[in-house]
Amino acid sequence: ATGAYPKRVKVVEVGPRDGLQNEKNVVPTPVKINLINMLSETGLQVIEATSFVSPKWVPQMADHTEVMQGINKLPGISYPVLTPNLKGFQAAVAAGAKEVSIFGAASELFTQKNINCSIEESLERFEEVMKAAREASIPVRGYVSCVLGCPYEGKISAAKVAEVSKKMYSMGCYEISLGDTIGVGTPGSMKEMLTAVMKEVPVGALAVHCHDTYGQALANILLALQMGVSVVDASVAGLGGCPYAQGASGNVATEDLVYMLNGLGIHTGVDLQKLMDTGTFICNALNRKTNSKVSQASCRL
Amino acid sequence: QEPQASGLPEYIKIVEVGPRDGLQNEKVIVPTDIKIELINQLSKTGLPAIEVTSFVSSKWVPQMADHEEVMRGIERHPGVQYPVLTPNLQGFHSAIAAGATEVSVFGAASESFSKMNINCSIEESIERFEEVTKSARNMNIPVRGYVSCALGCPYEGKVVPDKVAEVSKRLYSMGCYEISLGDTIGVGTPGSMKKMLEAVMKEIPLSAIAVHCHDTYGQALANILTAIQMGVAVVDSSVAGLGGCPYAKGATGNVATEDVIYMLNGLGINTGVNLCAVMEAGNFICTALNKKTNSKVAQASSSTGTI
Repeated sequence: ATGAYPKRVKVVEVGPRDGLQNEKNVVPTPVKINLINMLSETGLQVIEATSFVSPKWVPQMADHTEVMQGINKLPGISYPVLTPNLKGFQAAVAAGAKEVSIFGAASELFTQKNINCSIEESLERFEEVMKAAREASIPVRGYVSCVLGCPYEGKISAAKVAEVSKKMYSMGCYEISLGDTIGVGTPGSMKEMLTAVMKEVPVGALAVHCHDTYGQALANILLALQMGVSVVDASVAGLGGCPYAQGASGNVATEDLVYMLNGLGIHTGVDLQKLMDTGTFICNALNRKTNSKVSQASCRL
Repeated sequence: QEPQASGLPEYIKIVEVGPRDGLQNEKVIVPTDIKIELINQLSKTGLPAIEVTSFVSSKWVPQMADHEEVMRGIERHPGVQYPVLTPNLQGFHSAIAAGATEVSVFGAASESFSKMNINCSIEESIERFEEVTKSARNMNIPVRGYVSCALGCPYEGKVVPDKVAEVSKRLYSMGCYEISLGDTIGVGTPGSMKKMLEAVMKEIPLSAIAVHCHDTYGQALANILTAIQMGVAVVDSSVAGLGGCPYAKGATGNVATEDVIYMLNGLGINTGVNLCAVMEAGNFICTALNKKTNSKVAQASSSTGTI
C-alpha cells in the first residue's frame, strides 16, 4: 500500500559537479559559474558546485578554485564541494567552501578501480578530512556508491551498504547519499537496501541519488519517499551520462523529479519554469539535447 | 491474483500496444510485412496480449490502412490474444470477417477530446460503442474499453476523476471486460493517478482495471508503480516505447515494454515475458524504422552487452 509521503523534500542539485563531470564536452569556467548562479535563483537549497580533486584525474573540474570563488553565494543556499582527501579539503576551505562531501562505496572492486584502494583504506583517508572538518565546523556529506549494483561485482548486498553507511555516519557525516551508480536498481532492490540501511542510520539522515540508466529512477525515488526518505539528489537537464554504459543516460533530471513532487503535493521550494530555463541554458552551452522529458514535452496545440 | 507480502500482485498481464498505438503514432509508415514480422516476433516473447491493428477508415489513420492484410498475415500463437480497434459497427464487422477474436473501443473522459478526436460527444460515442458491444456479445467476442485523457486533456487541461469513473462505468456496464485508463498526454503523476484510481475503483472491479501510461513527462513508471501498489494487475506498454505524442512535438509517448518488464522483474512480479526476446523485437522494429529506441533498458543493455 502507498504510505504517507513527506510533506517537504530537499532537492540536492548535482548538475554542476556530477553532471558536468560526466559530460563529453567540457564547459568553460564562466559558463559553469553562470549555471550555478542561475540554479541559485530557482529555489534550490543545495547546489553541488565542484570537486577539489586533482585535474590529472578529473580535468572537467580543474577550475574548481575559480568556480568556487566566482559564484554568487546566496544566503540560505549551501554549495557543497567534493573533497577526496585532506589536501582537497584544505584547498576547498581556502577557496571559501563551507560544506564538503566525501565518497565511499559499497563495493571493494569499485573502490579499487575508482580510487585505487580498499573500502577500509578509503575510510581511513576520509577520517583525516572528518577531523579537519570537525575542527573547522564544516559539515560533511557522505556518498555511498553502488548501493543497488556494481559495474564490476554485479549484485551488492544490502548489509554491505548498511555497514558502509553506518561507518560514514559514525565518522560524522550529517547525511548519507545512497547512490545507484549504474542505475540498475528497481523499487524492489531499493526497498530491500533502504530497509537494511535504516536499521543503522536514521531516515532523516538519508538521501537517495538515483541514476536513470534503466529508466527506473523516478519509480525508485517514489519508493524511497514512501519509506520516509526526504532528500533526493538530481541533475538539471539530466546532465551526466553513465561512464559504464556508453551513450546511456545517468543522473535523473531535476525537472522530472520536481514535476513528480509537485504532482504529489510535496513542497520543494523549486520554481520548475526557472529550472527548465536553466536546463535550456546549459544544454545550449553543451550543444546537446536535454535528458529531461518534462523539458522536452511542450504541449502545443 | 493474490497480493504478495509486499501487497503487490503476483502476476501482471502486459498488454503490448506497439504494433497499433505505437506504429500509429510513428512518423514513418511501416510496410505490411514488417508489421507482420514484428507481431510474430512479439508472439514469441511470452506476451499474453498484442494489439494488432485498427479497423478504422484509412482516410483517418493511413498507418493502419493494411489492417486486413495484417490480421490475416500474422501467426496466431495459442494463449496469446490479438485484439484490434473497432471504432464502430462497420469496423467491427470487418474485423470479424478478417478473423479478429477480440476487439477494443475507445472512449474519453473529456468532451473536447472526444469531439476533436472522433467528432462526436462522449454520449454519442458511447451509443456507437453499444452497437459494437451488442454485436460482440451475440458473437461471444470479448471487448476491451479504453478511456483516454484519464489524467489530463490536451484541450481541457485538468480532468475530474469522477468523470473518468463515470465513463469507465458506462463502458464496463455495456459489457467491456476490461477498462484501460489512458494518460494520453502523460501529464499524470503518482498523485493524480492515485486520486483517479480511487474514483474508478468505486465503480468497477479492480480486476477489470488496466493502466495505459504515456511517458511524455517521464512519469510513466512511477505512475505504474502507484497503480500496481493499489492492486492494478494489467499494464499497457509499447515495445521500444514506439509511438510519440501527437500533442507535444518531439516528445515521447508510450512507456517502453522493456522498461516496464525490467521494473516488474525487479519487484519479483511474474509477467511470463522474456525481456531479452522483447529487446530483440524492439531492435528489429527500430532498425526498420531507422530510429533509436525509446527504451532505456534497451539502450543501456546494448551499450554494456548485459542486462
